[in-house]
Amino acid sequence: MGKTLAEKILSQKLGRDVSAGEIVVSPVDLAFVQDTTGPLTVREYQASGFGAIADKRRSVLFLDHAAPSPNAQLSTDHLLLRSFARDTGCVISDVGAGVCHQIVAESMARPGDIVVGADSHTVTAGAMGAFATGMGSSDVAVAFALGKTWFRVPETIKIEVKNKFQQFVTAKDLILHVIGMIGADGATYKALEFGGKTVESMSMSGRLTIANMAVEAGAKIGVFPSDQTTEKMLREMGRAEQYRSISPDKDAVYERVIEIDASELEPTVSRPHTVDNTVLAKDLKGVRIHQVFLGTCTNGRLEDFALAASILRNKKISPDTRLVVAPASKRVLLQAMDAGYMRIFIEAGGMILPPGCGACLGVHQGVLGDGEACLSTANRNFKGRMGNPNSFVYLGSPATAAATALTGMVTDPREVL
Amino acid sequence: MLKGKAFKFGDDISTDLIVPGRLVHLRSNLPELAKHVLEDADPTFAARVKPGDFVVGGNNFGLGSSREHAPIVIKMAGVSAVLAKSFARIFFRNAINRGLPVLICDTDQIKEGDELEVDMEAGIVHDVTNDVNLTFKPIPKAMLAILDEGGLIPYIQKYGDFKIE
Repeated sequence: MGKTLAEKILSQKLGRDVSAGEIVVSPVDLAFVQDTTGPLTVREYQASGFGAIADKRRSVLFLDHAAPSPNAQLSTDHLLLRSFARDTGCVISDVGAGVCHQIVAESMARPGDIVVGADSHTVTAGAMGAFATGMGSSDVAVAFALGKTWFRVPETIKIEVKNKFQQFVTAKDLILHVIGMIGADGATYKALEFGGKTVESMSMSGRLTIANMAVEAGAKIGVFPSDQTTEKMLREMGRAEQYRSISPDKDAVYERVIEIDASELEPTVSRPHTVDNTVLAKDLKGVRIHQVFLGTCTNGRLEDFALAASILRNKKISPDTRLVVAPASKRVLLQAMDAGYMRIFIEAGGMILPPGCGACLGVHQGVLGDGEACLSTANRNFKGRMGNPNSFVYLGSPATAAATALTGMVTDPREVL
Repeated sequence: MLKGKAFKFGDDISTDLIVPGRLVHLRSNLPELAKHVLEDADPTFAARVKPGDFVVGGNNFGLGSSREHAPIVIKMAGVSAVLAKSFARIFFRNAINRGLPVLICDTDQIKEGDELEVDMEAGIVHDVTNDVNLTFKPIPKAMLAILDEGGLIPYIQKYGDFKIE
């Protein structure tokens, strides 16, 4: 019987055939925590007497969610993580380097890897053909200690995409559309596997956006086959030798196959307070937006900034709206500076945050006021997500974000041409 | 037998509603963080909940972030189990890892304030107020072994490894 990508990655890792429904104990190739989940991992680790880290070069602590720290408590949490890294020899990625998922994609994840992270958006690395999933602090503490974890091999829903996107319609609109269609629990416990002609020609940046949001449909992983796009990205990062081809079998058994015609999609927005509460951007005319947030592990990459900059070039944002931009990594920031995008954002009236999670999770750098609404390129719009339960978060693509910044209202990017 | 009162919540109770990001600075001060448990879903919950009581949700309870602090503060509030029609994957796994029972059953039949008795062995939720018996879906064997040890860390401390294949 043919294998899905999830089954194939796990079978290759375990050296035996496994299929959906089985419980397996698997080696872990990369385990990480970030600064809001890591302190608990460190305390659990230290209290339980686990001893040396199984593979310290592949065990990573990221300081990105509160970066730089806005208060004494979080600064002290950062100290705990830094001293743990010093004592154990595991890797630390300090404030200013960027969001864990972007750095994992740039520098760490490999096709066929098993990646676990104490962050739900660990699924992002699925874009590179890794089996990557989010877990809690204790699970990652154990992965640090033993170099393994347990999984139930997931059933798979295949998303098969054909045809070309219309102008200003992006991977973000596709994944918002999928989540709106299957619901916030439409793929719970399952793998979402992406394929089809549109996916084959999609950039790595777009794939990362889609994989990143798989968890917003409840999925355990969001996974893509590796191909020449994966190879090219690894080569650019000086990791060409880490490429390996991995794809599902032609006769793989899927629980369900969903076919999508990309040419029929339009700019899509999630309304408060759930990601599956989707609507077309053009149907939200007149909805006032006080802050636009462009960035995050979902849409804070160079390609996202290029798209937003193409809309904002030589224009001014609405005086009633703030534009907050956060690059996903230091590499993205430097490239965006070289390309002139940062100048475009600043001259349009925007402001630039350091690489990191920025305003996404309500810790700092753009917390909303009572009654305010934000159009964000991030992945979540739950009540209270951006730091205030009396505020409202809409999710959209970088193009929709840029168009919205110009008008101060939710705007379909095709309308500001 | 677990006994207590039902606190009803709706569908899609996210981990942001259980422990919001704006309180992330309290995550290294769990007793303080626990005072805010479920605050953005029901600001009166923390003051009213008594040891043994149950959190009763609808569909997709615990969706969102992987923060293990969510089941931790629910357990610290004295809650003996969370009942829901369905759970988000990471919350479910985290709750078991913290020794907090998470039970899948038809919670539509439970009303706010109902007295409940849960028989973990028999797999039955008895709603004393309504006099209805609900069965809950058995917790997968691999996870039950972890729950029985009080969570993942005690389990690994005891066995030194996963013994669940």
